[in-house]
Amino acid sequence: MDRKIRVLIAKPGLDGHDRGAKVVARALRDAGMEVIYTGLRQTPVMVAEAALQEDVDVVGLSILSGAHMALVPRILEELQKRNIGALPVFVGGIIPADDVPALKALGVVEVFGPGTNTQSLVGFIHQVVEA
Amino acid sequence: MKLTDAALAGDRRALARLLTWVENGTPEGREALATLFPRTGRAHVIGITGSPGAGKSTLVGKLAKEIRQHEPRLAIVAVDPTSPFSGGALLGDRLRMQDLVADTGVFMRSMASRGHPGGIAHATRDVVLLLDAIGFPVILVETVGAGQAQVEVARIAHTVVLVEAPGMGDEVQALKAGLMEIADIIVVNKADRPEARQTVRALQAAILGITTAGHHGPAVEQPLEVVAGWETPILQTAAVDNQGLTALVEAIAAHRRYLESSGRWELLSRLHARAEVETWLQRHLMLLLEEKVGEQRLAAAVEAVLRREKDPATAAQELLAPLWSQ
Repeated sequence: MDRKIRVLIAKPGLDGHDRGAKVVARALRDAGMEVIYTGLRQTPVMVAEAALQEDVDVVGLSILSGAHMALVPRILEELQKRNIGALPVFVGGIIPADDVPALKALGVVEVFGPGTNTQSLVGFIHQVVEA
Repeated sequence: MKLTDAALAGDRRALARLLTWVENGTPEGREALATLFPRTGRAHVIGITGSPGAGKSTLVGKLAKEIRQHEPRLAIVAVDPTSPFSGGALLGDRLRMQDLVADTGVFMRSMASRGHPGGIAHATRDVVLLLDAIGFPVILVETVGAGQAQVEVARIAHTVVLVEAPGMGDEVQALKAGLMEIADIIVVNKADRPEARQTVRALQAAILGITTAGHHGPAVEQPLEVVAGWETPILQTAAVDNQGLTALVEAIAAHRRYLESSGRWELLSRLHARAEVETWLQRHLMLLLEEKVGEQRLAAAVEAVLRREKDPATAAQELLAPLWSQ
C-alpha cells in the first residue's frame, strides 16, 4: 500500500502571476505530497474537473487578481455539482483581510496571505487531510 | 460492489476513487480489478514516450482531441517522476492539455512514478486495466521523460509512439537505441524548427540500422521487438500549431489494423499477460520472502556480509534454505 496526499494547486482567473503557486507546489512536493499543478487561467469548470478526475484530497487556489469573491463561489458551486463539495479548499494570494470571513463563510477552510511559511501550509494540509 | 457499479454506469467520481484505490494497491482496489477483469482486453492502449521536453504532453493533448472526433470516450494516463528525496511529485501534464478539460468524454489522470524506474509507475498497468474495463476504447499512456532504458511502456501498450524534438542530430542513434526499438511510430515534434529535417534523416538512418543491421554484416543483434510487416513511419508534427496530427491519427489507426490483421494483437495480449503474471509472481514472492525470512535474519545476514564472513550470494542462499524444507 502506497498512500500519498494528493493536492490540486490551481490558478483560476486571469492574472498571469504564478510564482506563488509554483513555490507552494514545490514546497508541498518537497513535503512528500503529489501535487497536480494546473497552470494559469483556469475556469471554475476546469478546476472542478481536475479535482474530480485526479481524486485529490485538498484543493488550493491561488488568486492575485482581486476576483476571489467572484471566482471562489463559482468554483465551490462546480465542486458541489460534481458531488465533491466536501473537499477542503484553501485560498492563497492577495486577499484583503475584510474578505477572509466572507470566504470562510462560503466554505473555504483557510486563507493564506503573502509571507506564509510553507511549513505551516504543509502542517495545515496534514491536519485537514488526516482529520 | 457499489463503486464499481457506479463507475460502470458512468459515474466519474466513482471512477476517480477506484483509480486511487488501484494506484495505492489497496485491498479494495485489488478486489475491484479482480471483479472487473473479465471486461478488459478491448481498449487500444497507445503509449507515448520520448525525451523530456520533446513535447509529449502537448502532443498527447492535441492527439486526444483529434481521436475524440472518432471515439465516444478516451482516457489519458500521464506519468511524471516522483522525487527520490521527498517521495513527492509535481504532476504538471494537465498544464499542456487545457483544451480537453471542457470535454466530458475525456478522463485524464496524472500519476507519479513512485520510485518505479521503467518510465511508468508500478500501478500504471492496473490503472490502464481499470480504464479498459470501464469501457474507454482508447487509452493514451504518457511516460515520464524517458531515455534509453525506460522501455516498460511496451509491456502495456499495443502501439508505442516515440516523440522526439529536432536538434538531437547524430546523437539520436546512440542515445535512443532502446526506445527506438520499441517504437511503432516515430514523431519528430516541433517540426517547424529548421533542424527538423536533419533529425528526421538521423532517425531514418537509425531505423535502417535497427531493421536491417545496415552494412555491419549479419543481423546478429536483431532486437526482439522488430516485426516483419510493419515499417515504422517517421512523421513530423508541430503539435502547438495542430500540424501533422491527422497523419499521426491515421498512422495509429493503420498500426491497429496491422496488429489485428497480422495476429500480432493476440500475440501482444499473450506477451502482456505473461509479463503481468510474472510481475505478480515476483510481487507475491517478495511478500512471502519478507514474511518468511524476517527482518532479524536479514539484518544478521547483512552483518555477516559486512564482516566479510560471507559473500552476499551465499548469505541470500542461506536465508532461503529453511524455506525449501517446508
